[in-house]
Amino acid sequence: MAEGHKSLNLTLKVWRQAGRNAQGQFKEYTVKDISTEASFLEMMDILNEQLIETADPDGPVAFDHDCREGICGMCSLFINGRAHGPDDDITTCQLHMRKFNDGDKITIEPWRSGGFPIIKDLMVDRSAYDKIMQAGGFVSVSTGGVPDANAIPIPKPDADEAMDAAACIGCGACAATCKNGSAMLFVSAKVSQLALLPQGKAEAAKRAKAMVAKMDELGFGNCTNTGACELECPKSVSISHIARLNREFLKANVKD
Amino acid sequence: MKGFFKSSIGKKVIMSVSGLFLILFLLFHLCMNLVVVFSPCAYNEVCAFLGSNWYAVAGTMVLAAGFLLHIIYAFVLTVQNRKARGKDRYDSQNLPKDVEFASKNMLVLGIIIACGLLTHFGQFWAKMMFAELAGCEGLQFGPTQGAQWINYYFHDCGGLSIALTIVYLVWFAALWLHLNHGFWSAFHTVGLSNSLWIPRLKCIAKWFSTIICAGFAFIVIWAAAGAIDTKTPCCPKGKPEVHNQCQSGHHGDKPCDKPCQGEKPCQNQGK
Repeated sequence: MAEGHKSLNLTLKVWRQAGRNAQGQFKEYTVKDISTEASFLEMMDILNEQLIETADPDGPVAFDHDCREGICGMCSLFINGRAHGPDDDITTCQLHMRKFNDGDKITIEPWRSGGFPIIKDLMVDRSAYDKIMQAGGFVSVSTGGVPDANAIPIPKPDADEAMDAAACIGCGACAATCKNGSAMLFVSAKVSQLALLPQGKAEAAKRAKAMVAKMDELGFGNCTNTGACELECPKSVSISHIARLNREFLKANVKD
Repeated sequence: MKGFFKSSIGKKVIMSVSGLFLILFLLFHLCMNLVVVFSPCAYNEVCAFLGSNWYAVAGTMVLAAGFLLHIIYAFVLTVQNRKARGKDRYDSQNLPKDVEFASKNMLVLGIIIACGLLTHFGQFWAKMMFAELAGCEGLQFGPTQGAQWINYYFHDCGGLSIALTIVYLVWFAALWLHLNHGFWSAFHTVGLSNSLWIPRLKCIAKWFSTIICAGFAFIVIWAAAGAIDTKTPCCPKGKPEVHNQCQSGHHGDKPCDKPCQGEKPCQNQGK
């Protein structure tokens, strides 16, 4: 271990649930000599190795992960009462063990929201977000190659705001944090990133209506503007996009 | 607009528009109540004007519809939100401190406000507009004697007056929290907001709710302190500064502009 690095002995309180309809419960595990330089998911890997080695009856802990670079939106843990853990503006995979102290007890839970049923342990089904995207979160392109970047002038503020909205990785922290289980921050980011750009404006009305209708159909809650989603979003997507979604939705309905 | 009001955003828009309507009513109510601070007689004139006239009754019906819509949709949305949240709860949830207390507790605050409203109705509306409409008689004061009713409840009832003053101040505190979030949230929901205007709307909401609630609280404290003068008689309508002895010939047939000797001047109730 490199100089200056510390090792931690931790108690992990982890949610274990065998399947979607099984009764879940918390189980406690001890992990030792975890480097402060390890990522949180590496610590979870170490725990799983330990559970395999000791032939734990529940087996290794199931949890979502993929890129481990904060881009894919797959990791989804609720750590010590916060989505993606105690640090701001990062995903779980970007969380490092230096944020914890030796002897800490860390509570690890899955997203708990009606829209995200638990598949196993810490893994939840977030296909509802895919379904919302399929309902209208795209620009229909019927033909042609990639146009010249300068062919359609876009004002810099609009491009910046569209990029900020496009930063949403669809991890589900917004709905998981929201006391109403609302997916409005996700839907608004996806509507905004296209509604702000000329390429997306043609289908803006149709898109807003279709995505909101799908969101409602899937049983997500209503936004009460608590702003918790924005504060817990690993990409700091602003709730100002929710105002834009409301505007787009109202415009689309008035036009009908 | 087909299906708009069944959508989540449509229902929220109903909450917002009805909320903004109620906010406007609060502003009107405060302006009306502030009159009692300057002139109890003029306040009673306002009460007489807003008595059981058809326009006042129609206005009350519209207002009641606004309240009902706001309350019904608050419960409808809350039931849906609880269902969407699911049965399972986090073992621990440490929301960032920036999440406003009011935004998480709007329904509870709304219920406190509704309870206060029922008390208020029982004290004033039932004994003023309703009493006039129903032809009730035998009450301590008439339906147009608003200043006397305020004095009675907040000053003349001893311990009950102190209790009512405290209840009203708690009511206004709940109203402040509810308005503080509801004001900017309503604009946000109807789409009249963006990253520039969110902090501005929050600031306006803070000022607006403070002015409204401090205004109401001031009137209650003013009444509790016994500062509302309901003893001095009001001038007869159209003859300010005229009182019985003057009219009875002390100054001849002409209206006097000064009280007669040993006589208390009447209050100018407006011309």
